[in-house]
Amino acid sequence: MLLPPFTLHRPASLTEVADLLAEHRGETALYAGGTELLLLMKEKLLRVKSLIDVKRVPGLDEITAEDGSVVIGATARHRTMERSPVLRAACPMVAAVAQHVANVRVRNVGTVGGNLAFADPHSDLATLFLALDGTVRLWRRGGERDVPLGEFVRGPYETARAEDEILIAVRLRAWPAGTVATYLKFGMYERPTLGVALAVTLDASRREVIGARIAVGCVGPRPQRFPHVERLACGHAVTDLLADAERLAGGVADAVQPVDDLHGSAEYKRDMTRVFARRALEVVAARATGQESHARFRYTVIV
Amino acid sequence: MPDSGTPSSSSLAFRVNGRAVELDAPASALLLDVLRDRLGLKGAKRSCDVQVCGACTVLVDGAPVSACTYLAVEVDGREVSTVEGLADGDHLDPLQEAFIARGAVQCGFCTAGMLMAATALLAEDPAPTPERVIHYLRGNLCRCTGYRKVIEAIVACGRAGRGRQ
Repeated sequence: MLLPPFTLHRPASLTEVADLLAEHRGETALYAGGTELLLLMKEKLLRVKSLIDVKRVPGLDEITAEDGSVVIGATARHRTMERSPVLRAACPMVAAVAQHVANVRVRNVGTVGGNLAFADPHSDLATLFLALDGTVRLWRRGGERDVPLGEFVRGPYETARAEDEILIAVRLRAWPAGTVATYLKFGMYERPTLGVALAVTLDASRREVIGARIAVGCVGPRPQRFPHVERLACGHAVTDLLADAERLAGGVADAVQPVDDLHGSAEYKRDMTRVFARRALEVVAARATGQESHARFRYTVIV
Repeated sequence: MPDSGTPSSSSLAFRVNGRAVELDAPASALLLDVLRDRLGLKGAKRSCDVQVCGACTVLVDGAPVSACTYLAVEVDGREVSTVEGLADGDHLDPLQEAFIARGAVQCGFCTAGMLMAATALLAEDPAPTPERVIHYLRGNLCRCTGYRKVIEAIVACGRAGRGRQ
């Protein structure tokens, strides 16, 4: 299928991007990898007169460590994340999940910023970054702001980014010492049907759970955290996590807000959320006690 | 100074399979159409058109991309590799020989993409395990029969020390 004609702008600085956004307001779109954007344009679901390529803005693709956080530039590609020594050291789970986004061609081209700004509900990164308390940095001429990921993603293809703002980076806090985590993604299609991110922080003796984060994505309009379940998990001996897995997973399943779509009914997704929350607990419980989980589940990637 | 954009067409200079190419193309031109219609390279196929099937896989500076959803302007100044560049005259590439030896071809529609993805993999990892092959070629679909012989061919090619440079 052919793309409709458009003008391509290739600015070399953020201020030039801002100028072009202002000049072509309402008739343009920011373009990086294009792995999502060009599909919409082919289908004529998005009609713009121009694209503004942000890949020539220097430094926007860098991954850097900063005050105990890691900052991933918006035009860093999935493959850059897979290979980044900074990311592997600070947030190994993110580098590992990046290896399983879509396929190698999409990972070579698609960017982190594009993935988040596009806000497809079936996104691994949004779910994972939500579990990591990620914040999105939005820049406009004269200022920038950091928006927590949970507020940034408002719904399907909808974000808190204003029309004159540019998503320039996502900031993730490095894992606290003693954190054990997993990300499970399930699906038979190119995009995941369900993603569960679970991270458990253990005390110095590695016996007691002192922190927990759980996020579920892809089943509803936006990824969700489950603070009440996270609180419930705290104070457990790690060896008791499994004994309480049904209750914890049930808490997640009861609170999740799935929707019907081509991946399945809301009811089905709620059931699968329960199943996969329990599986995530099993994997983490095994890893927390020093064993690598040998669990294998059909149509599932275990990171 | 912000550039004025590329309203009609821009002139591109790049290399395809080692050969220098110059042509004008609109910003909206997709790499797949430039390869097939302007350069006569029909190996990369348009199939799903949404980057899922891998039939249009080509390499840009050695990295696999879906030519169906990739702007041709992106290859300006870069090197594009297609299946037509694998053989040297009548001498097939060892990877192509391995596909033939293992019967890793049925209708052949997906084969060009499979070969290019495998070429990129072998450049990264000269002797990949079957698991690595399966992971790397996850996005290359065959609708005839299956993947076992494709995987075997790529693993065998790596074991034979092909190690494409």
